[in-house]
Amino acid sequence: MLRVDVTKQLGEFSLEAAFTSEGRVTGLFGASGAGKSSLVGMIAGLLRPDRGIIALDDEILDDTARGVHVPPHRRRIGYVFQDARLFPHMNVAQNLDYGRRMNGLAADPSQQKRVTDLLDISHLLDRRPGKLSGGERQRVALGRALLSKPRLLLLDEPLGSLDEGRKIEILPYLVRLRDEANVPMVYVSHDPAELRQLATQIVMLRDGRVTALGGVKVLSGTTA
Amino acid sequence: MSEITPAEWTAILLSLRVAVIATLVATPFGIALAWLLARYNFWGKSVLDALVHLPLVLPPVVTGYLLLLTLGRRGLVGAWLADHLGIVFAFRWTGAALACGVMSFPLLVRPIRLSIEAIDRKLEQAASTLGAAPWRVFATVTLPLALPGILAGMVLGFAKAIGEFGATITFVSNIPGETQVISSAIYSLIQTPDGDAAAMRLVIISVVIATAALIGSEWFARRATQRLHGN
Repeated sequence: MLRVDVTKQLGEFSLEAAFTSEGRVTGLFGASGAGKSSLVGMIAGLLRPDRGIIALDDEILDDTARGVHVPPHRRRIGYVFQDARLFPHMNVAQNLDYGRRMNGLAADPSQQKRVTDLLDISHLLDRRPGKLSGGERQRVALGRALLSKPRLLLLDEPLGSLDEGRKIEILPYLVRLRDEANVPMVYVSHDPAELRQLATQIVMLRDGRVTALGGVKVLSGTTA
Repeated sequence: MSEITPAEWTAILLSLRVAVIATLVATPFGIALAWLLARYNFWGKSVLDALVHLPLVLPPVVTGYLLLLTLGRRGLVGAWLADHLGIVFAFRWTGAALACGVMSFPLLVRPIRLSIEAIDRKLEQAASTLGAAPWRVFATVTLPLALPGILAGMVLGFAKAIGEFGATITFVSNIPGETQVISSAIYSLIQTPDGDAAAMRLVIISVVIATAALIGSEWFARRATQRLHGN
């Protein structure tokens, strides 16, 4: 369970959002500039809320009143960025293994194989990120986040930098991920069609405020 | 042209030793300072930046004299170091290394700073979400991506150190076997009536070392660009 109740002032923009999600995939929906990325940035711990609470299951990650702020590296929250952010000086295998190494987890070849098979990236292990297509890069980024064994996976417009053809190529992987990976996810998107396919619960954001909460049906009447 | 004499070898080897030690000791400080200047804004930053670059624009003899005033046997810091820790720089080869380190420091810091500034900080954020503590982010992402810049800075700093003359001769003089490096040996030789041939041999060696360093530095810089583009 993810509980968020935060305020944050970012220049002229003010974000004031509260929601609780139990769903397997929480869709964070809103136009660009609605505050979606700032919100996931706070859940990941990369941004600190001015005021409020963020809690995952029984653990408080942020509580400004009590001065609690768990730094990102201790949150065990995976983050897939729109621009993949693979490490350019490491090959795909090293990128995939990074989270395991940093968290001091034992090597788990069967898990590694499951994830690389799920995402169809086994044939890319020796390549450098510079030699991958946009879709491949995004799949590796997904695998890298998954293999760090996160308690929650944040996907910030993972299809945002891809053209339509590539999106259709990646979407089935995300569906498989949702059904097989067994990690709760927060999926950020401005595309209702994407969220209808993936999300089990929707948080709608507009101008830094939550305007609707509920099942995917709250998306009806919205367009990209 | 005749053989290199033992005295010339002494100067060449001393130059190499002084420049290698100066570069190796200065590099960690250079990385720390480059990182500070690239990543943080703090009070007095422009003063610190100017101070680092000062040896580049001051007459070397002034830098050498300032070193002598502070770290000489009777200098403020030098006297304390000699009395309490038994460390003496003046008229020793270690002093030559110190002078070379100070003189080459701006050339060492600059490429490192540029390469740290060129690193996409979003990669460091990604590393932290994958569980890397700040020091491990530095060790596994920042440092490897800055490595070509660090090597380029080291090569440039080394080349500067091996050619240093003014500050060294002012601070530690020109003692054969102790502080006489290639440049001060050349200086002595061209003031000796029949020293021209020997001077020319050392001049050629200087040119070779400096050229090799510049080519090396250029190569590392090219590698840096490739590395940051993920090829």
